[in-house]
Amino acid sequence: MAIDFELNGKAVSLDADPAMPLLWAIRDLAGLTGTKYGCGKALCGACTVHINGQPMRSCSVPVSAAADGKVTTIEGLSENGDHPVQVAWRELNVAQCGYCQSGQIMSAVALLERTPKPTDADIDSAMSGNICRCGTYTRIRKAIHRVAEDQS
Amino acid sequence: MSSVKKISRREFMKRTGQAGGGLVFALTFASACQPDEQAIGPAKKAAASVAPNVYVNIRNDGIVEIYCHRSEMGQGIRTSLPQVIADELEADWDKVEVIQAIGHEKYGDQNTDGSTSIRQHFDLLRNAGATARDMMIAAAASLWGVPASECSAREHAVHHAASGKSAGYGELVDTAKDMPQPETAAFKAREDYRYIGKPMDTIDGMAFTTGGGMYGIDTVLPDMLYASIERCPAFGGTVKAYDEAAARAVAGVINVLRMPEPTSPAFFNIQGGVAVLATNTWSAAEGRKALAVEWDRGANGAYDSESYKKKLVDSASAPGTTLLNRGDADIAAAKTHEAIYYAPHLSQAPMEPPAATARVNADGSCEVWACTQDPQTARDTVAATLGIDKEQVTINVTLLGGGFGRKSKPDFIAEAAWLARESGKPVKVTWSREDDIRHGYLHAVSAQYFRAGLDADGNTQTWLHRTCYPTIFSTFSNDAKQATGFELTLGLVDNPWNVPNMRVETCEAEAHVRIGWLRSVCNVFHAFGNCGFVDELAHVKGEDPKDHLLKMIGPARKIDPAADGAEYPNYGQDLAQHPVDTGRLADVAEKVAAMAGWGRDLPKGRGLGIAVHRSFLSYVGVVAEVSVNDNGKLVVHEVWTCIDAGTVVNPDRVHAQMEGATIFGMSLTLHGEITAKDGGIVQGNFDTYPMVRINEAPTAIHSHIMESDAPPGGVGEPGVPPVAPAIVNAYFAATGKRVRELPLRKAGLA
Repeated sequence: MAIDFELNGKAVSLDADPAMPLLWAIRDLAGLTGTKYGCGKALCGACTVHINGQPMRSCSVPVSAAADGKVTTIEGLSENGDHPVQVAWRELNVAQCGYCQSGQIMSAVALLERTPKPTDADIDSAMSGNICRCGTYTRIRKAIHRVAEDQS
Repeated sequence: MSSVKKISRREFMKRTGQAGGGLVFALTFASACQPDEQAIGPAKKAAASVAPNVYVNIRNDGIVEIYCHRSEMGQGIRTSLPQVIADELEADWDKVEVIQAIGHEKYGDQNTDGSTSIRQHFDLLRNAGATARDMMIAAAASLWGVPASECSAREHAVHHAASGKSAGYGELVDTAKDMPQPETAAFKAREDYRYIGKPMDTIDGMAFTTGGGMYGIDTVLPDMLYASIERCPAFGGTVKAYDEAAARAVAGVINVLRMPEPTSPAFFNIQGGVAVLATNTWSAAEGRKALAVEWDRGANGAYDSESYKKKLVDSASAPGTTLLNRGDADIAAAKTHEAIYYAPHLSQAPMEPPAATARVNADGSCEVWACTQDPQTARDTVAATLGIDKEQVTINVTLLGGGFGRKSKPDFIAEAAWLARESGKPVKVTWSREDDIRHGYLHAVSAQYFRAGLDADGNTQTWLHRTCYPTIFSTFSNDAKQATGFELTLGLVDNPWNVPNMRVETCEAEAHVRIGWLRSVCNVFHAFGNCGFVDELAHVKGEDPKDHLLKMIGPARKIDPAADGAEYPNYGQDLAQHPVDTGRLADVAEKVAAMAGWGRDLPKGRGLGIAVHRSFLSYVGVVAEVSVNDNGKLVVHEVWTCIDAGTVVNPDRVHAQMEGATIFGMSLTLHGEITAKDGGIVQGNFDTYPMVRINEAPTAIHSHIMESDAPPGGVGEPGVPPVAPAIVNAYFAATGKRVRELPLRKAGLA
C-alpha cells in the first residue's frame, strides 16, 4: 500500500508493506543509501534518522510510523554537506571507515538541537546508542564540543 | 583495460529508481565508488592522457588520476597512498583524483591485510610517482630541446631554469604519450617531502559525512534481487528439509534456492544453506524466517565452548612441540611462578556486515561490487565458484564499512556470484548482524601456559611459554591440528625478554568452526599473556612494573629467533631492514610511561598498567589508568599510547589508528566473547556480543608517534595487542586482583 510522508523535504509515496522497517523503505524503495544497516535491533544506531525531529533507529520503526510525518536522513541534513556538525566532523577527521558516521551525525545533530552546550556526560548519554567499531569516540566528543563552541 | 560495459551515472540513478519501485533522488554529492567510476582504463575521462604505470594516469586537463589498489576500511589508505605517489610526482594535491582499482594482478599485491599497505608498498608507490615525474621531465626536455638534467618538476609542472620555461603536466601529455616509460627513478630526499609525513585530511571526508560513500551494502543494479541466506548453525552441517512454499508465499519473495553444500576444508567456499531472493532486503529476510530449515548439524554439531576450554587448558598444561629453545628452561630455580592465560573466540564484527552484489552476463562473465579486503582472492574464488576463467570476472572494490580481517574472506562474494548465475538476475547478498557473528571466520580461542624461574636475587632465569589454539590453517587443510607457519611468529618466537633460558612451545587443538584472522591475529592473546605474566613477575619480585618491564626487555639488541632454532619470517620482510630491536621496544615503553606520568600519586583505587609489544614491524607501548566504580565495573579513565612505526606517511591517520586500536582492544578486553553450544554460536548481535560504546570510552586517548627515519612498519594492527595487558595490569595495580581470562565481563567487571 502507498505510504505518504515527507523525506528530506520532498513528498514521497512508497508502495510498501506497512510493517517494513523504515530503514529498508528508505534504502531499497526510496533509493537513499546514506542510512546504514548495522544490527536490525536498535542496538547500534547506524540507521539513525530524524522522524518529526526526533532521532529514531529506522531499523526498528515500521515505515507506517512515518506516514504523514517528516523524515530526515543524512542526505537531507544540508544541501552541500555544510551543516555545522558535518563541517566539524571533517575538520577533526572524525571518520575512519565512515560507515556508522551517518548515524553518529544524526544523533549528534539531535543532541545539539536539544542541548546546545552539552557536557561530556550529555554527549555520552545521547551518543551511547551509536556504536563505532573503528573507535572514533574521543574525536566525536571533540567535534560535538567544537560545534557547541562555534555556535555560542 | 577493462572491456566491461558501463552505464552512465545518470542512467544508473534512473535505473536504480526504477528497480526500487520508489522515487528517484539525485545524489547531491559525488560518491566515492560508484559503479560507473570503478572500472579501470586510461583516458577514461579525457580525450588524451598518459599512464606511466598502472597507478598513475595524467590527463591533458591537468588532472592526475591515482589508482588506489588497496582497500579502504578506515585506515585512510585512499588518502595516504596518493600522498606517497603525489609527493614523488610533485603533483598538486588539489589536482589529484583517486580512483579505486579493480582486483587485478597488474597492481601487484592487493590483499589489504597484515598492516602491509605502506610497509610493503612504500618504495613501489614512491617509484610509481617518481617514474611518472621523470617521464614528465623527459617530455618537457624533448619539447624544449634541452637536456632533461637541466629540468626539474615542481608543483605540477616542469621548469627549465636557464630559459625560464615552464609547462604544466597536462600540457605535456601529448609529448609524453610517445615517450618510453621509465622503470625506475631517483626518490626525493626526505627533507623535500611535500605530503609524506603531513596530516592530510581524509579525501573521503565529504562522502563520509553526507551519506555519499558507497559501501558494499549500497550497490544497486537494475533489476536486482536482494538475497538473505539461512545457514546451518554448526559449520559444515547440511540441509535436511525446508518449507519453500512458505517462503515463496511471503510478499516480495521471487525465488528460493538451495546453496551448494559446504566443503571440507572450508576455504572461502559457500557454506551451504538456503537463500531467499526478493525485491527488497526486508522481504528476503521475512521469507527466510518462513523457511523453517531442518539441519543435520554434521561433524561440528557437538562443539561446546565449555568442554573445549577444559581440553585446551589441559593441552596447554602438558609438554608440546618446541618452537624455540635457548639454554635450558627446566633448570632448577629458587622460586617458580606459573599461570594459565585464556582468551575466547572473537568475531571481527565490522559495522557493515559482509555484503556483495554480482551480475552474470549473457557471455558468462561476472561483475562484482563488494567490500573486499582482497579483491584478487575474491576474483579467484568467484571464478572457481562459477567454473569460469578469472579473466571473465571483474571485482569492483567499494568502500568497506570496517574490515578487521573479516572481509579478506570472500565467501560472501562467492554466494552473490552463484546466486546471480542461478537466478539469472543481479543479486545483492546482505548478511544480517546475526549472520556475521554466527557464521564468520572466528579469531581463535586460546590457552597459554607460562612458567618463570627466578634465582635467589629475583632475576628471571628461565621462561617457558606454551601456546595452544586452533590454527587458521585448519580452514584450508583438514590435517592442520597445530599452529604453524606465520601464526607462530606473531608475538611468540620473537619474544623480547632478556632471559638466558627460554623455551617456547605449541600444542594440538582441533578446530570446530572456521578459524580466521582478526585485527592483530595471534598477537592479541600472545601480548595479553606475555605482558600480563611479566607484570605478575614484577609483583612476585616486589619491583615497579615499568622498571621491571625494562629490565625484562634488557639492553638494546637485535633478536634473531633463528639463533634459538625458531623460524621467523618477520611479517614477510627482511630482518636486517626490520630487526626485532629491543632498543626501540624499550624506547616506546619509556616514552609512554613518561607521557602517563608513571610513578605519580594516584587517587585511592586507581591504578596504572603498562604493556609493550612489537607486531607488524612496529613497536607500541600502552599505559592505561583504571579504577572500579561503585557498581563494581571497571572504568578505563585515560589511555596513553606510543608507536614507533618508522617512517610515517600520514600522522593524523596513525593517531586515528592508535585511538581506534585502543577502543578495539578495550572491546575485546571488557566484553568480547564468542562461544559455541551444540556446534552453533551462542551470541548473535550487539546485545550478546557487546562492544565499547562512547560512555565507556576513556576521557582521552593520548597518542605519540616516535620520530624515526627507519623504513615504515605497520600501523593498522600494532596498536591493539598491548591494550588488554595494560588494562589487566592496571586493574591489578588498582585492586591487587589478577585477571588471566578475557573478557573482564566474565569476572563481572563489565
